[in-house]
Amino acid sequence: MKNKNSQGAQECPSRCPDNSAFKQQKLPAWKPKLTAPSVLSSFFTIGVFCLLMGICIILSARSVKEIQINYSDICLSCSKLRENSSNWDKECNCSVHFTLQENMLGDVFMYYRLQNFYQNHRRYALSRSDAQLLGQDVNIENSNCAPFTTYPNGTPMAPCGAIANSMFNDSIQLSYHLNSYTAIQVPWLKSGNSWWSDKNVKFRNPTSYNLSSAFAGTTRPPYWQKPAYLLDEEDERNNGYINDDFIIWMRVSAFPTFRNLYRRLHHTNQFADGLPAGNYTFHITYNFPVTRLKGKKQVVLSTITWSGGSNLFLGIAYTVSGAVTVLAGFIITAIHLKLRKKKTYFQR
Amino acid sequence: EETEPGREEEKERKKRRRRKRKKKESKTRTVRSNLLLPGPEAEKPQRSPLANNCLKTTKYTALSFLPKNLFEQFHRLANVYFVFIALLNFVPAVNAFQPELALAPVLFILAVTAIKDLWEDYSRYRSDNEINHMECLVYCRNEKKYMNRYWKEVEVGDFVQLRCNEIIPADILLLSSSDPDGLCHIETANLDGETNLKQRQIVRRFLELDSEFDPLKFTSLIECEKPNNDLSRFRGYIVHKNGKRDGLYKENLLLRGCTVRNTEEVTGIVIYAGHETKALLNNSGPRYKRSKLERQMNIDVLWCVLILIVMCLFSAIGHGLWVWQYGEKKPVFDVPGLDGNYLSPVLAAVYLFLTMIIVFQVLIPISLYVSIEIVKVCQVFFIHQDKELYDEETDSQLQCRALNITEDLGQMQYIFSDKTGTLTENKMVFRRCTVSGIEYSHDANARRLAMYQEADSEEEETAAKGGTLSQRNSVSSHQSIKVVHRSLSMKSHRRTGSRAEAKRASILSKHTAFSSPMEKDITPDPNLLEKVNECARSLEVMRSHEQSLSQLTPELSDIFDFFIALTICNTVVVTSPDQPRQKVRVRFELKSPVKTIEDFIRRFTPSRLTSGSNSSSSSSLTTSKSMPRLGSSILSSTSTESTLLKLEEKLAHSPQMNNNGYSSQQGRRAIGSRPEEGELRYEAESPDEAALVYAARAYNCALVGRLPDQVSVELPHLGRLTFELLHTLGFDSIRKRMSVVVRHPLTDEINVYTKGADSVIMDLLLPCSSDDPRGKHQKKIQSKTQNYLNLYAVDGLRTLLMHECLSESSIENREELLFQSALHIETNLHLLGATGIEDRLQDGVPETIANLRKAGLQIWVLTGDKQETAINIAYACKLLDHDEEIITLNAESLETSAALLDHCLLYIESKFSNNTINKTAGSMTVGFGPLSPPSSLVHSSLGLVIDGKTLAYALDKTLEDKFLSLARRCRSVLCCRSTPLQKSMVVKLVRDKLKAMTLAIGDGANDVSMIQVADVGVGISGPEGMQAVMASDFAVPRFRHLEKLLLVHGHWCYSRLANMVLYFFYKNAMFVALLFWYQFYCGFSGSSMIDQWYLIFFNLLFSSLPQLITGVLDKDISAEVLIGVPHLYKSGQKMEEYQPHMFWMNMIDALYQSLVCFFIPFFTYYDSEVDLFSWGTPITTIALFTIILHLAIETKTWTLLHWSSCIFSILLFFIVALVYNVSCPICYPPSNPYWTMEKLMGEPVFYLICIISPVVALLPRFLYRTLQGTAFPTQLQLGRQLNRLPPETRNQILNRLNIKKESIPQKPRCAEHSPQNPQSNASDCFKACNQTPPSQPSQHGNDPAFPSTTRAEHTTGLSVTASPPGALLSGGNKHSSMESMSVEETFPWNTTVDQSGFSLLNWITSTPLFSRFGRVLQLSPRRLQNEVQDNVSVLGSISSLHQDFKGLTGNSLKISSLFVNINSISPPYKYTSIL
Repeated sequence: MKNKNSQGAQECPSRCPDNSAFKQQKLPAWKPKLTAPSVLSSFFTIGVFCLLMGICIILSARSVKEIQINYSDICLSCSKLRENSSNWDKECNCSVHFTLQENMLGDVFMYYRLQNFYQNHRRYALSRSDAQLLGQDVNIENSNCAPFTTYPNGTPMAPCGAIANSMFNDSIQLSYHLNSYTAIQVPWLKSGNSWWSDKNVKFRNPTSYNLSSAFAGTTRPPYWQKPAYLLDEEDERNNGYINDDFIIWMRVSAFPTFRNLYRRLHHTNQFADGLPAGNYTFHITYNFPVTRLKGKKQVVLSTITWSGGSNLFLGIAYTVSGAVTVLAGFIITAIHLKLRKKKTYFQR
Repeated sequence: EETEPGREEEKERKKRRRRKRKKKESKTRTVRSNLLLPGPEAEKPQRSPLANNCLKTTKYTALSFLPKNLFEQFHRLANVYFVFIALLNFVPAVNAFQPELALAPVLFILAVTAIKDLWEDYSRYRSDNEINHMECLVYCRNEKKYMNRYWKEVEVGDFVQLRCNEIIPADILLLSSSDPDGLCHIETANLDGETNLKQRQIVRRFLELDSEFDPLKFTSLIECEKPNNDLSRFRGYIVHKNGKRDGLYKENLLLRGCTVRNTEEVTGIVIYAGHETKALLNNSGPRYKRSKLERQMNIDVLWCVLILIVMCLFSAIGHGLWVWQYGEKKPVFDVPGLDGNYLSPVLAAVYLFLTMIIVFQVLIPISLYVSIEIVKVCQVFFIHQDKELYDEETDSQLQCRALNITEDLGQMQYIFSDKTGTLTENKMVFRRCTVSGIEYSHDANARRLAMYQEADSEEEETAAKGGTLSQRNSVSSHQSIKVVHRSLSMKSHRRTGSRAEAKRASILSKHTAFSSPMEKDITPDPNLLEKVNECARSLEVMRSHEQSLSQLTPELSDIFDFFIALTICNTVVVTSPDQPRQKVRVRFELKSPVKTIEDFIRRFTPSRLTSGSNSSSSSSLTTSKSMPRLGSSILSSTSTESTLLKLEEKLAHSPQMNNNGYSSQQGRRAIGSRPEEGELRYEAESPDEAALVYAARAYNCALVGRLPDQVSVELPHLGRLTFELLHTLGFDSIRKRMSVVVRHPLTDEINVYTKGADSVIMDLLLPCSSDDPRGKHQKKIQSKTQNYLNLYAVDGLRTLLMHECLSESSIENREELLFQSALHIETNLHLLGATGIEDRLQDGVPETIANLRKAGLQIWVLTGDKQETAINIAYACKLLDHDEEIITLNAESLETSAALLDHCLLYIESKFSNNTINKTAGSMTVGFGPLSPPSSLVHSSLGLVIDGKTLAYALDKTLEDKFLSLARRCRSVLCCRSTPLQKSMVVKLVRDKLKAMTLAIGDGANDVSMIQVADVGVGISGPEGMQAVMASDFAVPRFRHLEKLLLVHGHWCYSRLANMVLYFFYKNAMFVALLFWYQFYCGFSGSSMIDQWYLIFFNLLFSSLPQLITGVLDKDISAEVLIGVPHLYKSGQKMEEYQPHMFWMNMIDALYQSLVCFFIPFFTYYDSEVDLFSWGTPITTIALFTIILHLAIETKTWTLLHWSSCIFSILLFFIVALVYNVSCPICYPPSNPYWTMEKLMGEPVFYLICIISPVVALLPRFLYRTLQGTAFPTQLQLGRQLNRLPPETRNQILNRLNIKKESIPQKPRCAEHSPQNPQSNASDCFKACNQTPPSQPSQHGNDPAFPSTTRAEHTTGLSVTASPPGALLSGGNKHSSMESMSVEETFPWNTTVDQSGFSLLNWITSTPLFSRFGRVLQLSPRRLQNEVQDNVSVLGSISSLHQDFKGLTGNSLKISSLFVNINSISPPYKYTSIL
């Protein structure tokens, strides 16, 4: 009888559920406790880490040298000329002088900076044909380029779309005044500024024996002064769709105020270490109108570090949040100490 | 002349039309044999509408699946909305995403649902197929024999032959049976869950056929009602060829799904097939209820819609202004439309509005509904799998029948419970009986029962001692402890032995109901047994010496008849486990069984004429001539010599008596071989019947056979007696009694044995005059019995009275009445005795109720039982406490009910406020000030008892508010004698008026309506059948399982789902807000920095898994703590986890977090060459991190699954991003994120942002949670902390907590009520809560037991007083009740006034007033007098009895509480009477 009983007890009847940890909801588990003593250490760890990181980032960001020159106001005459679109073929040049107080050592980058240019406008950002830019022979009529696809006579635009049409087309040159008489052109690198993937994968010229024939049957976008195959006549590998300036422009920027990389300093001669301090002049061919969009144009010279550009924000953010966290840690400690006597409800 | 034929034609046309209409509207179905139809007629169109037997429960076919399923899915508004948005994307002017891509999530959701539906439908199809391909024997015309055919081929009009244990394929009219009596037994467990066998009978005319039934010769036409779902009704008639008609009843119909038992072979014709069978018509699909949480959630979804619209409007206006500011000079980045024209600002704004709806669509969580469904399915799975909700004895587990209200379990506020079968086991155990005024206490039997209970509790105790909580966790270890203990303890050993036996028995004979050894093995009371033997012996002697039977003393004859009544006054069927049914019996050469009253009368009359006329007249003479009727019909009728002689003659000569003589010898032999008899099994329709038959068997008075026309009883010395069964008046709840009319074999007279509830039967008793000694004696017996009955009721026993009368006399006098109604047979009854049957409480009911109540649940018991029994069961299961005041509402009219309610409300209010209390105390307590300080009265432990009649008035429109406000102040409410409809009305009232969450639990068909009305219906899968289970949302095996179901699973489900829903809203809001902020920097043009792929799949893929895992598995508090601290359940009732403000808190948090996640990358990348998606991808990443870490903060337990799901989600995002960003340079216009992720992951800034943003975003929430956990933890958090402590300390704390909580009176309760119904009862609660504190401290300071002890002293014995009928008040302390009773009986009014003074209650009972309420008192004087007279004489025996009770009652009913008895008296009288 005893045996039977014990057997009966062990033997599970048919409908009895399994006694597995999962099914009985008894899986081994870690139960974090959100009370002061248990989280204090995490507060202080996070706080101290953020503080340290913040200080590092600030220090590195401060080492960045940067100079910004707004030339849309300086070249007022040119911008007025450009306001009237009938003057599109008249050339307008403009020079801006400035003095570099300190040497800019290391890699120096020249950017153009646009304000209030809404490249991120939804329909604007859509207005392109990636297939066309990959050199494929596609019917751009069906692409997102509309209405910048074809001229009324039916000739398609190459490249099509609003982004390409509105490409930044000022040319900027920098001369370094060794003294008040002699000025030498600062050497810049035109290519290698864009993403490698863009230059080599996303953008391809149409295949043909030469570039001009590849673009045969198409015309430049309405706002352009010259066709795509003449963007860089000197360098075959920087011409057409794979022109670095074009590629960079086609990468739609995130904010209405943005800068795009224009040139890199070529480290030769006097400029082997960077830009020496002294007097410089920008020579700008002013083509790109901004008054209509209530915008501004700047040219920027800057170096960079591992943590990005001259923007101090990230460093400050780290420092402040680190400080706040540590402060919170102290507050919790205080509360914990104050309440420790009261808190015996469940602990003995 | 010409017109006339035209007219006739018209007439004919009209006739035809009428006929046509008649055919269309005909309410009957005509069935004829299929074998009769020659070819062409068979193709009559009328055949087609009859359903064939092919079962098809599938919703779809291969073709209709797609359209039908889609149509069904689009009934959900959310789906329509999402499809609308997806389609909006195809409009070029407003599209935001690639249209095909935008369809993806909607299609995904639709597909998931469709696949689920398809799978369900497929499993239905498979089961259908299985059923359709079962085989049965159908008569085939060509082969002229029964052939095997599939079920689905069976058609209406086919002849089907069924063998024993076969399942019935369709509704079949029974035409032939192998049983010589034309009977067939079926088991209907599949249909209604009732496990007893039911008898079916073949159509009467076919019984008379001599030859075997031949289907080919069946030419009759069957007319019956259209298919309907009433299982208990079938009407029709069969028209034979010769034009004769026979009625058809439900006894002739075999229902589909039942099983043929105990019958070798039956044949019948199919009447209803397939979907027209009653079984299928009864089968309604699963129910759809919307949970409270879901309702609340839907409101918040609407808020989300509003937020969405506001955001879209804001963006649209912003865009309009932005466009407008440029004026005529369009900037280059403003792209003109296709035709080259620029949009006007207004039109641009309108388009943008639509675009924004698409962009922000995520705010309305598309995956929310799907996720909730998935989570609920998983929750249901886990509830199913819980081992603790499995009942070993019945091998059944919890069933969730409604899939979508699991979380409602965690929010219940009111529990409405049935009593019988829910709180009690519905295992009726014979406890004691009284025969002709003498009580047989059955001590041994009580001891035996006590042993069961003792063993029960001991086992629990040892388990608790041996295994700590943690050990209990694992069931296996728990069991091993049990086993060890079993070998040690004798008692539990014995008990487990019996339990195992019970189990074996139940397995052996699954179809035999109510036969656990506890119910079967009744230990007879030695005194009674002695008397029975004596009686039998003397009967035997008398018969053998041909003496007059009247020499039997009245007591013995009463005993004899009592046992005969016990044995035969029922519908118990006798079976033996061996197949087929035992047919050892001697048949009378009788005509067909009596079926109707008319029949009965018809047959009765000749017998009276031939043999009974003399005796009957003499007997009537004796009765009329104040010759006291002794009770036994035999004796009274045979009291004159002549009749006796006649009788003896009959005994000698009639064939019946010969038979009896034969059978008695046989019976004697049978006694010798008793074990054989022991194999007989009784199958009863109700458990009490079985209990009574088993009890009779214990006294060797065994029922051995029952046929429709006769009952065989085996008696110790007389052997087998066979009663001719003339008529049975079945039990119903209105009459509350049943009767059998039999011809007594010994006297050949016709006797009526009646059994029924005391309240009904007492009024049917033969009125006896008090001036002759016989009548006095009889009266004494009656009053004594009444006293015992009261005592039984105090014990919580069910009482049934046994009665008997000689029908001849009554029929003689009023034959005409008999024709009118069967009720007239049951008059002028002679009282034999009463039985007390105990309905044992289920295991753990008191503990469960106590725990549930601590959890803040209000428990109302709605029962059909009578008041006393209900109150006592309520005490036994701790529903009422001893220190509780009980308000009893018994009223006879609407006005009195209103007055009563008013008064009670006033009274309660006065209790709650000190000022009024002094006033009322002054008026009420004359001279009893110091002993009972008013402050001690301040408690809200009130119990309300209301009876069915008063309840009916209280539920009246005008009174329901008052009733409700009274009832909700009471800790427990007990509604007695309530009908099923009233039950559901009460539930509905509470649900609708108090806006409370209601749970109804019950086990029987009478609870169905209540179960359906309640928010959550729980059925107990017990012996009462499956009807309650079928109607319920959850079915539990036992009441005690409710505790874990509610406290643990309910809490878990609620907290999980609440947290998940809140998290869902937060998540979507946070994600969408990121896009919204961006609109300020893109000219409100609707562009998004987050790639459309991430945008669309973020919810669906990247962030869905962790929240699902958390929603399914997160355990905020362990089960042990939840059970140990039931208080924690209140969080669910107060909706603490998901309150309206929490939605907004989450929204604000989402706002803050999105600001952080947006602006940290914004300022970091500000004024840099970053492109749209190189900037958007980090934001997506940050958002994902933040969202998952947010979940991590909210997650309380981290199992491996949580970890892996979080890690998986993050990995999945990176993998998808990396793969997506290298897969194709031109494929995904317009975003074209080629190489973005790869490039980003090479930059340190990306990582720096990814670290700082989540930290900043989550710091406030983390800080808040930490501070909350430290400084002001909620109950739940404390519980969680408790979780982490080592088991021993935790147990200590739990114990301490429980003590603490018990000592705290219901202070939080009134506070808890106020938010629920602020408008109506704000003032009350304010008062209550305000007034309570000042007086409470004094109570706090006291020993918690103080109130009860003091009160017990003062209230010794408020007891049986002159109260209106039906409202028996009993009470009193055990020790002193006897004295006080006697005092009260002599000076009832003085004492009651005193008592009322003592207890500060409104004790309003005053006889003089009763006379003004004549109706009320119509019935009472007689009984009152009886009581007054007899109590004195019975006193001695009562006191001894009381000692017995004390020792015996397993439930140890201590009645030391106060009964506030407010009788049906209008207010002005009340006060005058007191003053």
